[in-house]
Amino acid sequence: MKCQYCEKPATFHITELTEPAGPKIMHLCEEHARGFLQKESDSPVASVTNALAKQLQLGQSKKELAELDQKECPVCGISFFEFRNTGRLGCPYDYSFFETDLIPLLTNIHDAIEHVGKRPRRLAASADSQAEMIQLRREMEEAVELENYERASEIRDELKRMERELSRPAADDPASADEDLSSREGENQS
Amino acid sequence: MNQETDFTSLAKSSGEWLRGTGPESDIVISSRIRLARNLADFPFIRRCTDEDRDNIERSVRARMEAMEDWKEIRYIDIEELAEVDRQFLVERQLISREIAEADGSRAVAIDPGEQYSVMINEEDHLRIQVMQSGLDLQTAWARIDALDDKLEGSILYAFHEKYGYLTACPTNVGTGLRVSVMLHLPALVITRQIEKVFRSMQRINVTVRGLYGEGSQYSGDFYQVSNQVTLGHSEQSLLALVGDEVVPQIIQYERKARAFLIEQNQQDLHDDVSRAMGILSTAKKISSEETMHYLSKVRMGVNLGLIGDVALATINKLFIHTQPAHLQKLHGRVLGSSDRNVQRATYLQRHLLGGHGQGELN
Repeated sequence: MKCQYCEKPATFHITELTEPAGPKIMHLCEEHARGFLQKESDSPVASVTNALAKQLQLGQSKKELAELDQKECPVCGISFFEFRNTGRLGCPYDYSFFETDLIPLLTNIHDAIEHVGKRPRRLAASADSQAEMIQLRREMEEAVELENYERASEIRDELKRMERELSRPAADDPASADEDLSSREGENQS
Repeated sequence: MNQETDFTSLAKSSGEWLRGTGPESDIVISSRIRLARNLADFPFIRRCTDEDRDNIERSVRARMEAMEDWKEIRYIDIEELAEVDRQFLVERQLISREIAEADGSRAVAIDPGEQYSVMINEEDHLRIQVMQSGLDLQTAWARIDALDDKLEGSILYAFHEKYGYLTACPTNVGTGLRVSVMLHLPALVITRQIEKVFRSMQRINVTVRGLYGEGSQYSGDFYQVSNQVTLGHSEQSLLALVGDEVVPQIIQYERKARAFLIEQNQQDLHDDVSRAMGILSTAKKISSEETMHYLSKVRMGVNLGLIGDVALATINKLFIHTQPAHLQKLHGRVLGSSDRNVQRATYLQRHLLGGHGQGELN
């Protein structure tokens, strides 16, 4: 008998008694059985790396996976390989840069891919402007290291300007700000 | 501020969440909500340089100190703390084990009532938490929501139109919200129903952990129930899942198990509770593990009316104050394990017998 998740022979036959629909028999290879039996481990790293392993095994060939592993975020430099091993992303821009690869993972973890909760009242910075700010900050640190203080101070001013710009409230006039508030409250009651 | 003096006075008091009051406080010790937030203009912690971490800490601190109503805040630089003081804050549940054990610039801001704490440079730039005594998620949410709004007024958060609040780990993205309710479930443990209850919980997006969260042992029959998902559900629906569906169900199971024990086994139960009280109030040396075990029984005994004259708040406080770092702060010096066992026994006797009536057995 084959494992119900892959082509390997099923050497573990597990009867799950806690399924709501009654007992369920699982036929699994050693690897999948180990994964199944360890699924109670609930640390975030374990759940991310397990979910990723499952997703990658199902969807990608070895060659595709090797290519994906080498993909690097241009802002923070984290590779997909590093993310896959640590379960932690490197910067906010990763959610945009690795978006295609993260969607199946988010679906797996949360069974959803869209936020429906609270939102900041002020305008949220776009992914691009967040990335730009992180990059500017890096440049500023480098300029300080090279003792190019003039450049560093220019960058600081630019960062301040961007933050001021992004600090505008989501709505400028009080009427629509009230409207925004009441729609948030409505959302909270749902 | 003299951190040493401050810690000693903190050790003598206890947080609001240990009051032993609030809805369902015979079973629910505390309700905790935390929000994970990140600054938009810095990489997540793993990719931060030392300078980034310093900048985050300085900038967040300055902004918090400028906030109205935060004049009384205690701001603690964790990197500067002695090991025993970090452990103290972990025992107190004001910081996580992760931030206590991490490297580099990191801090925590605590309000005097210990209802809020804001960790800076944990796994996310900000981890905001609010604790309440008993099952009271709505009050906790109202408080944390207001605090989050205030912080958001001066800090630009990393937020994505589609994915919500962006976090270092994709398991927290969206609301960044973790609702945790700490339950005392001795009767479900005695009647061996606990595993069954938790297995059924795993099907409905909640996780169960021991007293100190991840990786720790379940000790003293305390279990923490939290939401598993953070994306695709509003904050209110996550609060409702834990606070209105899951926890009331567990409370009901525990009450039934307690009623069963009283009905079927009252003498055994009374004997068990009385012996636990006897050991705690007469032992000359006692380990932390043994203390947890017996205090759990005594707590159940108080709730079932088998022990009179001991306040629930006293028992709740003893769970925390008899832990290693607390004992050392209360005693004012570093103590080895064997000395701690002696001090712990003395401390227990003083609080169970003295100043709170005789703690007599009914």
